[in-house]
Amino acid sequence: MKTFLMILILALVPALSAGAAPVNGKMSADVDPHDKESLQRGAQAFANYCMACHQAELMRYNRVARDLGLSDEDVEEFLIFMPGVQAVDVMRNAMTSEDAEDWFGVAAPDLTMTARRHGPDWVYTFLNGFYRDEGRPLGVNNTVISNVSMPHVLQELQGLPDPVREEVNGEERLVGFELNEAGMMSPAEYRRFTRDITNFMDYMAEPVKAERQRLGVYVLIFLFILLGITYLLKKEYWKDVH
Amino acid sequence: MSETKTGSGGLMGWVDARFPATKLWNEHIGEYYAPKNFNFWYYFGSLALVVLVIQILSGIWLTMNYQPSADRAFQSVEYIMRDVEWGWLMRYIHSTGASAFFVVVYLHMARALLYGSYQKPRELLWVFGVLIYLALMAEAFFGYMLPWGQMSFWGAQVIISLFGAIPVIGSDLALWIRGDYVISEITLNRFFALHVVGLPLAIIGLVVAHILALHEVGSNNPDGVEIKQNKAEDGTPKDGIRFHPYYTVKDTFGLVVFLIFFSIILFYMPEFFGLFLEAPNFEPANPQVTPDHIAPVWYFTPHYAMLRAIPDSFGGVVVMGAAVMILFFLPWIDRGKVRSIRYRGLGYKVALMLFFLSFVVLGYLGLQPATGLYTMLARIFTAIYFGYFLFLWVYTYFGLEKTRPVPERVTMP
Repeated sequence: MKTFLMILILALVPALSAGAAPVNGKMSADVDPHDKESLQRGAQAFANYCMACHQAELMRYNRVARDLGLSDEDVEEFLIFMPGVQAVDVMRNAMTSEDAEDWFGVAAPDLTMTARRHGPDWVYTFLNGFYRDEGRPLGVNNTVISNVSMPHVLQELQGLPDPVREEVNGEERLVGFELNEAGMMSPAEYRRFTRDITNFMDYMAEPVKAERQRLGVYVLIFLFILLGITYLLKKEYWKDVH
Repeated sequence: MSETKTGSGGLMGWVDARFPATKLWNEHIGEYYAPKNFNFWYYFGSLALVVLVIQILSGIWLTMNYQPSADRAFQSVEYIMRDVEWGWLMRYIHSTGASAFFVVVYLHMARALLYGSYQKPRELLWVFGVLIYLALMAEAFFGYMLPWGQMSFWGAQVIISLFGAIPVIGSDLALWIRGDYVISEITLNRFFALHVVGLPLAIIGLVVAHILALHEVGSNNPDGVEIKQNKAEDGTPKDGIRFHPYYTVKDTFGLVVFLIFFSIILFYMPEFFGLFLEAPNFEPANPQVTPDHIAPVWYFTPHYAMLRAIPDSFGGVVVMGAAVMILFFLPWIDRGKVRSIRYRGLGYKVALMLFFLSFVVLGYLGLQPATGLYTMLARIFTAIYFGYFLFLWVYTYFGLEKTRPVPERVTMP
């Protein structure tokens, strides 16, 4: 069912691409904490593109390894780029917050809990919401956080969408995007790529999510059996109460 | 327990000669006679006790890893969620349990209103219950600050500033509660002390008093019939059955139903649509940044809506306080001779349903921004909330109620 819906959505999205979702409300990332391949790709993308500036101070590399079916050596090879950092360490960034304040005016926020604070769809929409804005110091703006101080670090992958503006009630409004300067990825590839990052960030915000969902089934099965037994017990004791 | 009844011999005899073990068991469980016609509404008393135990046990384990300092509080909660073995389970049990406690207690209180369980001779039983409710509100408020998220900080800021609205002593009082000029680690430390030691002790003591009072006067029932008035030759009530085994097995069944709902929330929706765990609280407390929209946790929203409905801030505090305090006087406001809603007048039935409705609607309004229509509705339903008590007094004091005859004996469901 989910796959069918995905196909349906992916089939419909190009048709709507001029008014692509990020301008009007949120895009749905449809996160899945059980999709380990997506999480692994997301982890690598996160380490490659996000962690130069952002950190995830509440998350340990070896926890990522354990949950995503990787070994500590895998993690050290694919996710850790800083010398001296080991799998037992928390995920710290390369940039110091002093540098960040010099370069961007503000320290890059910690991303451990972001997907839980704002919801995964918010993250997904944000990653798809960059557009050209020559009025900004870095030449880009974002539909989710207007006047964002973060550069579009995924520009080489996505390209840089141009805003399409229209007069609505005498007011100029952003109504859609037009991708004139394409990146290394097709729009569909870019959406999958950002969805993987979003999925990983959602995992990172609550690493136990998949485990609790798996465990819940057994707890409920046990409780339903217990429900039957306690019901019969009650009936047996109460048969002489009229 | 059959061997204990024979008394003198054996280990139990030895103990009983030195401590009233068998006597206590019989008085409160083994030979406590409860009406046989309890319905759905009567599960919530024992459930509240179970939730209290759940909260105390999960709380003890959380305390082993939580650190009440401004630098470490938020991180230590996430440390419990990530690095402590089964820490996530303890944390979700405790956070779900907090809301479950209020669900159960609100239903328990609704039962008392439906069947007149606060009426003579159960006034003190009711008063102890309202005291437990007050203590529980304080306990929940202190506990909500401990994760040190944005809502923890700003929610506490709003609630403590309410004390500041009291004339003359207000600002000194708020300062005394905070222990600092702003909410700080000092406030966090004292709230931690009160949350893990002070109020749990008060609640346990009050629960003991509540149960002792209940067992002194005996349980009410859905018919509001006093079962002690119809006794068999052996002196036991004809409509009464022993709490054990009858209600122990029945309540066990009820407990399993409760645990199923509890587990569905715990394992599949621990945030419960942002009501049990609010999204802004996943961001560490930041005194420099006020969240766009501050809403208390759902169980305080009816009171919050009443607070905002009154244009004057001190007036709002008075109304909010009165909404809880008026409950203490309910046994004396209601002069009705009939307990159960089954045999009360139509006016009572309509008024009580409006009262329940007003509480639910105010709860919804407390989550919404206080603008235009919402404020208007909050005022109307605040008036209905207090109107219930005024109506009830007039209705019963002047004998306007047309009741139906109450049966001699209880009726089985």
